[in-house]
Amino acid sequence: MNARWLSRYTGVKNRGMNPQGFHVSQIKFYVLLVPLAVIMLLPIVYIFSSAFKPPDELFAFPPRFLVVNPTLNNFTDLFSKLSISGIPISRYLFNSVLITFITVIASILVSSTAAYSLSKKRFKLKQTLFAINTVALMFVPIAVTIPRFLVIERLNLLNTLWVHILPVLALPVGLFLLKQFIDGIPDEVLEAAQIDGASDWWIYWRIILPMIRPALATIAILTFQSAWNNAEISTLYINVESMRTLAFYLTTLTTTTTGANAVAGQGIAAAASLIMFLPNLIFFIFLQSQVMSTMSHSGLK
Amino acid sequence: MELSRQSTVSAFDEPHKGLRKSFQEWLNREGSAYAFLSVYALLFFVFIVVPVLAAFLLSFTFFDAIQPPHFIGLNNYISLLTRDDTFMKYVLSNTIQFAVIVGPGGYVFAFMLAWVLAQLPKLPRTIFALILYSPSMTAGVAMAAVWKTLFSGDQTGYLNSFLMGLGLLREPIQWLQSPEYLMTIMIVVTLWSSMGIGFLAMLAGILEISPELYEAAAMDGLSSRWQEIFYITIPSMKPQMLFGAVMAIVGTFQAGAIGVTLSGSNPTPQYAGQLIVNHIEDYGFLRYEMGYAAAVSVVLLLMVLFFSRVATRLFASQP
Repeated sequence: MNARWLSRYTGVKNRGMNPQGFHVSQIKFYVLLVPLAVIMLLPIVYIFSSAFKPPDELFAFPPRFLVVNPTLNNFTDLFSKLSISGIPISRYLFNSVLITFITVIASILVSSTAAYSLSKKRFKLKQTLFAINTVALMFVPIAVTIPRFLVIERLNLLNTLWVHILPVLALPVGLFLLKQFIDGIPDEVLEAAQIDGASDWWIYWRIILPMIRPALATIAILTFQSAWNNAEISTLYINVESMRTLAFYLTTLTTTTTGANAVAGQGIAAAASLIMFLPNLIFFIFLQSQVMSTMSHSGLK
Repeated sequence: MELSRQSTVSAFDEPHKGLRKSFQEWLNREGSAYAFLSVYALLFFVFIVVPVLAAFLLSFTFFDAIQPPHFIGLNNYISLLTRDDTFMKYVLSNTIQFAVIVGPGGYVFAFMLAWVLAQLPKLPRTIFALILYSPSMTAGVAMAAVWKTLFSGDQTGYLNSFLMGLGLLREPIQWLQSPEYLMTIMIVVTLWSSMGIGFLAMLAGILEISPELYEAAAMDGLSSRWQEIFYITIPSMKPQMLFGAVMAIVGTFQAGAIGVTLSGSNPTPQYAGQLIVNHIEDYGFLRYEMGYAAAVSVVLLLMVLFFSRVATRLFASQP
């Protein structure tokens, strides 16, 4: 009995890649991963813990890592206070939610239509355009902040809702991943639909989109992260306080951690950090299996 | 789409029947392909192609954002190489130091972690992957508050308090303001958040490799796990390795703002954490020497391109 139990965990079956169950040879990996995971998690645990700390714990000496008497005061403070320029915090939150929502939907539509064309359509410039997009994977937006500013200024997009959305829609990684994923759909499926008289839009809407859900989930996550966490756009292109985002508001809190504002500010900053982080985490937990199945198509040849 | 077809056709009037006919044929053949592509292509052109071209053109001019730019040839590049002491003395060496450790270092680290994760069953693998990936979704903004308290300069800072508790330190250290520690902290923080999309791609790549390949190799006498990694795993997932490498390179240069975020000032204390990205911002937005800043951006883009070429050489599928 005992021997049989043992052989289940020492046999050949669960050794090596992608095992089905536990095996003693895996212990060494756990020994390596568990401490590393703890270190990686520390700052994130800290975000959670300090968001619920009362002021005396935030400034305790010696500092305590974990919260002892959790309180929701930081959150009520965050939503009852006005920013320095007199804008309620809920306004920043509303802007962030609205902008992120529109950006995610628009980005899915824009990249998936383009990916459908680059994957399944036949036209002369196809290879060239895909190659250009692949080079653009290496594009570092932060390098061209200044010319981008000049372009946005010329287009009269400064201080508009559009400036939050339009510049982040053309995401080369997104198009790349979607295109690779659509390549996996057999041409026969589309040809059959064409013979039945289906239009391009019908094929896109009824066949392509439902079949690439995992890739769409991945694009949604990537765009969500870049839109939700974006403070630069509010800093560079927006002068009207009421059009800025929560991420921007958080930067104003962390840059004024000295002086009179510091004490009240830290609790609020901790609460705001948690509100910034949590949606990212929840989204990813829900969509992680879709992301992994997209990533197996991610190869750059 | 219907609308655009109407208006373009009317532009070609009766006399150009041949032209109009061939245009109509082209439209039937390739029109819908371009229609599907159009919105992305337009945005790509306006927000990626034009800024890159503009940076390139501006880099040959003197431009202070008040008067129109005037052409000065290669002067910006010459000053960059000969007269910009900060660039040569601090920025370039900092950038190389930061990029070499965070880029290849983070990349190898990500691959090794992905390989280790692939040895585990699905549930623990998913949990660990989530934990390792989660730092990369924390924005610089949200984290700045955390790092500032962890590395805070007085005795209430966690690191100071921890080290003083152990008796390793007598006086608190101004971690984020001292030139000798800033770079190390920048590297640690960036590595911490570097298990991003490239890491996930490599994990998926390793899991995709068919088990038969390993079995066949074992029969051919491949014995150690190291041999397995170099002769089976990496060659079988070159495309994912390349994707991961490109993401690592871009991520490394994109992360350049971290020094300014941590220390709270640009330039960073004694230029200790000054990277090329901060140098661009310093000249562009603080000194309004936009032409010069553009020349530095061009150098940055060329660096990214160069490193990506190296990665392509290493991992290209066709030799």
